[in-house]
This record gives sequence, C-alpha cells and structure tokens, in this order.
Amino acid sequence: MSEVKITITDREGTAHQVDAPTDMNMNLMELIRAYELAPEGTIGICGGMAMCASCQCYVKSEHPLPEKSDEEEAMLSEAFHVRDNSRLGCQIHLTDSLEGLEVEIAPES
Amino acid sequence: MITSDILIIGAGPTGLFAVFEAGLLQLKCHLIDALPQPGGQLAELYPKKPIYDIPGYPEVLAGELVENLMEQIRPFQPGFTLGTRAETLEKQDDGTFIVTTADGTKHKAPVVAIAGGLGSFEPRKPQLPGLEAYEDKGVAYMVKDPEIYRGKRVLIAGGGDSALDWSIFLADIASELTLIHRRTEFRGALDSVEKVQELKDSGKIRLITPAEIVGLGGDGKVEFAEVQITGSEEAAERLEIDAFIPLFGLSPKLGPIGNWGLEIEKNAIRVDNTLDYQTNIPGVYAIGDVNTYPGKLKLILCGFHEATLMCQSAYQRIYPDKRYVMKYTTVGGITGFDGSRKEAPKAVVRSID
Repeated sequence: MSEVKITITDREGTAHQVDAPTDMNMNLMELIRAYELAPEGTIGICGGMAMCASCQCYVKSEHPLPEKSDEEEAMLSEAFHVRDNSRLGCQIHLTDSLEGLEVEIAPES
Repeated sequence: MITSDILIIGAGPTGLFAVFEAGLLQLKCHLIDALPQPGGQLAELYPKKPIYDIPGYPEVLAGELVENLMEQIRPFQPGFTLGTRAETLEKQDDGTFIVTTADGTKHKAPVVAIAGGLGSFEPRKPQLPGLEAYEDKGVAYMVKDPEIYRGKRVLIAGGGDSALDWSIFLADIASELTLIHRRTEFRGALDSVEKVQELKDSGKIRLITPAEIVGLGGDGKVEFAEVQITGSEEAAERLEIDAFIPLFGLSPKLGPIGNWGLEIEKNAIRVDNTLDYQTNIPGVYAIGDVNTYPGKLKLILCGFHEATLMCQSAYQRIYPDKRYVMKYTTVGGITGFDGSRKEAPKAVVRSID
C-alpha cells in the first residue's frame, strides 16, 4: 500500500495533514470526503465529473500537476471565488508525485 | 388540492421507480420536483453521460435511463407538479399530510416519500454587490416567460448551455442582446456554439469575451451593468440594459425540507434502514441520495431498492388490515391504471401425437 502526505486546509481555516493512498484510483475530492474535511453535500456534488466546482481547491505548493482538461477549464471559468491557483479536486488524481502537496478548500458557493 | 396515495418529492430515478413499485400495489403517486422536467440530476446535470452500474444495463446514458423509467411507469399514470419546490409539510388530524409547493399548490397524501436527491436545484448567483436588490427588478436567474423580454435590452452572462440557448432564443425577442462570458470558449453543445457564432456574425448578438460584470446600477430597477474586459487596463465600460440574466448553473440545496422537523445528519435525512426507510416522522419516508444510514451508498441501484421497500411499508400503513404478499411481475403481469395490461404469454399445452 503506497501513501503520500497531503496537507488540506478546510473551509474554516484548519490545516489537516492526511495520508493519501495512491493505489486506490482516488482523487483529491474523494480524499477530502474520505477524511470528512468538508460536510457531505457540500463537496463532490456531481460525483467527480467536473460539472459543479464544489470541490474547488487552491493549490498552495509548487507541485507539478496535470494540465487542466477542457472540462475543468470551462467549469472553473463559470465557478465563483476562482483564483490563478484554483483546481477542481476531482480532477487531481492522487499519485506518488504529490508527496507534501498543500491545498486549501475554496469556499462553498 | 391534488390527492394521491403516495406523494413523492423529487422526480429523479428513485422517485420515478417508486411510482412503478407503488403501481404494482395499486397505489397512485404524484411527484413534485423543483426542476421543470423529470429525471433529477440525470436530466439536469449529465443526460449524455453513460452509467455502467445499473443492473442489466452494461451501459446506459443518464437521459436514456430517465426515458426508460418514464416509459416503465406510464401505465401507472403518475401526476407531476414540476418547476416548483415543496415548501411546507403539515400533518393533518386524520394522519394525512399536506405538502404545499412554492406556487401555492396543495398536495394531500397519507404517505410522503422524500426522494429529493441532493436537494432542490437553485440557481448559482454571482458575487456582485447589490445584485439581490435588483432581483425581480430586471435581474432574474432563470427565464420563466421569454415574452417579458420583448423589445428590451437584455444582458446574459455565462458560458454553458443555458447561457447559449437563451441567447439564441432571446436574440429574436430582445431589442438588443449581449452575451458576456469570462472566457472565449463556451461549454455547450456544438450546434449551440455555432448558432451563437452565426448570430454574432449577423449582428443579432453582441458578444463580449473574455469579460466580467463587475457592477450593476439603476434607480429602483437595473439600468446598467459595468463590464470589465479581462486583462484590459481600461476602466470598466458601462452598458445600458433593461434586464440582466446571470446563468451560472444550478447547485443543489436541501432547502425547506431541512425545516420539516426531520432528523438531519450530514445534509441528509436520517432513516430506519433496518426496516422501511421511514424517517422520525411516521408516514414520511426518505429514499435515494437524500437519506442516510450506516453504510449508505448514494447509488441509483440502492435508491431502487429503498423505493421498493418503502412502497411495501406504505401499503401496510395505508391498508393496515389487508393481507398481502408480494407478487412477481412474471407471474402477475402489470395492470395499469390506464387499463393497459402486460403479462407473460401463456405456455401452450398441447399433446404430441
């Protein structure tokens, strides 16, 4: 079983360092749900199809991340509270290269 | 007053399938949904997405599944109150319930089944100072009656299908139609994008991209919007308008159901999963994504199961003295309330000489 450490700041501003499995085909949105760092019903509403932006996160570390797909780009262009470092958690696949990743969950909208 | 045996709140897959299971028990259903069409998330969010975990369907498009469910329940003649949200639940002295929708329609039933999914879909409002003050004073988040925009200067913001579709539709009705989007790319059906391109080229739609609306103004009603071109050094430009329609999609909210005295946990309704998915209010059930219990999975197939058990319990509740055993459709066939009849063909019994 392989894992990386990821620091997630919740919507109240509290930082949580969590163990993220990289061998379970999980993404960052699912990780946040698995650790219940945002209330059910306020995150991952579309289930991970890049269709709702409820899992928007700000990426605070310099990790190289996969390019945004057209769907993610388009969704972020319609979402609120978007910053330059915004990503949809559901589109960030958990891999070994994310060791030490730091993200903050964007406000609910 | 609309009366039925089971009043179902939410016309998603779980609510629709409940009509079928109720129909087998000769119980009549009425459904309420805030969206203008049945199908819930499947129809609203991802009609073209394939689903792979519906038993018996290796692959089915969400929109197709809704069509199939509608076909399956047709013999049981469900009633629909669509495009309006269930606001209040009142228990009557005779044990029945009255649910009133936002448009004032009253629905009476001895059993209420909440199949509300993630809640009712509410328009997502952009963060614009003063926006709410202009609601119904030129600002609307959905187009209810296109005719009110005839001869008006209309501004639409957004980059999805609804922004494109309404721009196309209102281009002929409005005196001026402006479409603003934060990017130059639109996320919509290709033919809608092409149609907007055509209307832009012929001067029927004024397209401003990439741009954002940064302010609104007007005396008692919206009269202008301030438009900032993205990346431009110049100050925001003032655009004279009569109407502003921000179309930034819908987001589900549990809404008034949260105030009905039901036990809420994790934005969902707590139910008894050991028996019949009944809530803490006897006679009120919650099925599908809207409920929670230990081990809950928000899957369509689980919603179908929950709907089935709920109907059996509802039957017992409505007819406490009737004896009944579940009958297979292969044996009993289906007798619709419309007089239709489906059944397995009879085996031929004939001697062989």
